[in-house]
Amino acid sequence: MKKRVFSGLLALGIAAVLVAGAGVSHAQDKGTLLMATTTSTDNTGLLEYLAPEFKKDTGIELLWVAVGTGAALALGENCDVSVLLVHAPDAEKAYVEKGYGTERTQIMYNDFVILGPKDDPAKVKGKSVKEALQAIEKQKARFASRGDNSGTHKAELDLWKQAGIKTPDRESWYLATGQGMLNTINIAAEQNAYTLADRGTFIKYENNFKGNPPLVILVEGEKELRNQYSVIPVNPERCPNAKYDLAREFAQWMASDKTQKLIAEFKLLNKQLFYPNAGE
Amino acid sequence: MDYIWQGLQQAAILLFTLDAETYSAIITTIKVTFLSITGSVIIGVPLGFLLGYFHFPGKRQLRMVVDTLLALPTVVVGLLVYAFISQRGPLGWTNLLYTVPGIAIAEVFLILPIVISLTATAIEGLDRRLRPTLRSLGAGRVQLALTSLHEARFAVLIAGITAYGRAISEVGIAMIIGGNIKWHTRTMTTAITLETGKGQFSMGIALGVVLLLLVFLLNGALVLLRRRTR
Repeated sequence: MKKRVFSGLLALGIAAVLVAGAGVSHAQDKGTLLMATTTSTDNTGLLEYLAPEFKKDTGIELLWVAVGTGAALALGENCDVSVLLVHAPDAEKAYVEKGYGTERTQIMYNDFVILGPKDDPAKVKGKSVKEALQAIEKQKARFASRGDNSGTHKAELDLWKQAGIKTPDRESWYLATGQGMLNTINIAAEQNAYTLADRGTFIKYENNFKGNPPLVILVEGEKELRNQYSVIPVNPERCPNAKYDLAREFAQWMASDKTQKLIAEFKLLNKQLFYPNAGE
Repeated sequence: MDYIWQGLQQAAILLFTLDAETYSAIITTIKVTFLSITGSVIIGVPLGFLLGYFHFPGKRQLRMVVDTLLALPTVVVGLLVYAFISQRGPLGWTNLLYTVPGIAIAEVFLILPIVISLTATAIEGLDRRLRPTLRSLGAGRVQLALTSLHEARFAVLIAGITAYGRAISEVGIAMIIGGNIKWHTRTMTTAITLETGKGQFSMGIALGVVLLLLVFLLNGALVLLRRRTR
């Protein structure tokens, strides 16, 4: 009953606004493809760099909503977007298995790094990921977590598990920010904390500080730290309004030699942010 | 501290170089605000009038509900409207998610209580002698109601301005329903959130200054309008 009253009111509101709003442009016109993606591809500027090229090659205008990977997957599940560009391989596989998406196309990777203050209070520099996390926990050094179910957050939770540490939650040294990657890095810097970030976003952060940021990379270069990005079209059988053809075209375009080269050429401070690997 | 000074300088640069992204966000903001104010005035003023003009059982309780809704958190409105207009929701067929009208409709729910409550208060606050005077002059029921509304027009304008202040400054709804899509649904407030998230604080401050200027200009226009109609 309550729902119906609300629906009724909403319909009334819609009517009133549609009357006033006739002619306002629509994000879902033909020729636009709506994507849900992670904050890292947006914050680094990669998408703004690729979207005009995509438009030039295919005539499709790419629009995107930048949220954590968890939220991006949920938007796909709710049929609100047509394609996803995300980085949480295990969650993605489960997603495709459940029939929410058609197939995963690997596009590129970079790696996660553990950042910390220059004076490194828990002395983690040069240690393995496992030892570093154990040291942080033991010393109760501050650690800022995304805490938002994003790809980076999921990776961080896996790393705590691999280090044999019960996932921190209410510990006073553990700060779950619930915000995007750059925000979380900024919070970590303000709080003199460690954090886990993808290298792409870190380079963007470094660039914001003209190459001399308060947080620096302390742990890097292990196999466990690989960060894989993939494109998944939303399943048109579940979501009849999803633009599957355009989504597939996007996936193919992202995996094409030309785009892979563009991704490799995307640099800040002369550093490469993402490594194309569609062929693997 | 440099951020603030840089922000002010950048605000001037954005405005004078006719920066396309900034103007796109300004126009989206104006569209959303205009649509939501129009919608909520069309719905809210008659409802507020009914609430303030007539006496009926349960009026006080209804008034309390409306006044409580004045404190509706924007994210709650955003989330509820998302649940309805998501493709999986009952109104998914409207395709309103990630559109300007979608944001405006959600904001109608946010500011409707303001319009209703302040209109009702304005009508209640009219001179008590107004009704008997008009009646003794031979005014009919409809004339009586219309004259009351006319007498309360400035207070209703205040209701509109208050609602507009809330609509133009909110960010929760614009973020959830609009999705902050560049060139389409990015408003001033979501752009500021984004710049803050990217660590571009001076850019965020610049946009904040631009938003304040925008509010100042629109308010000035309303004040002029009020003077002219007097």
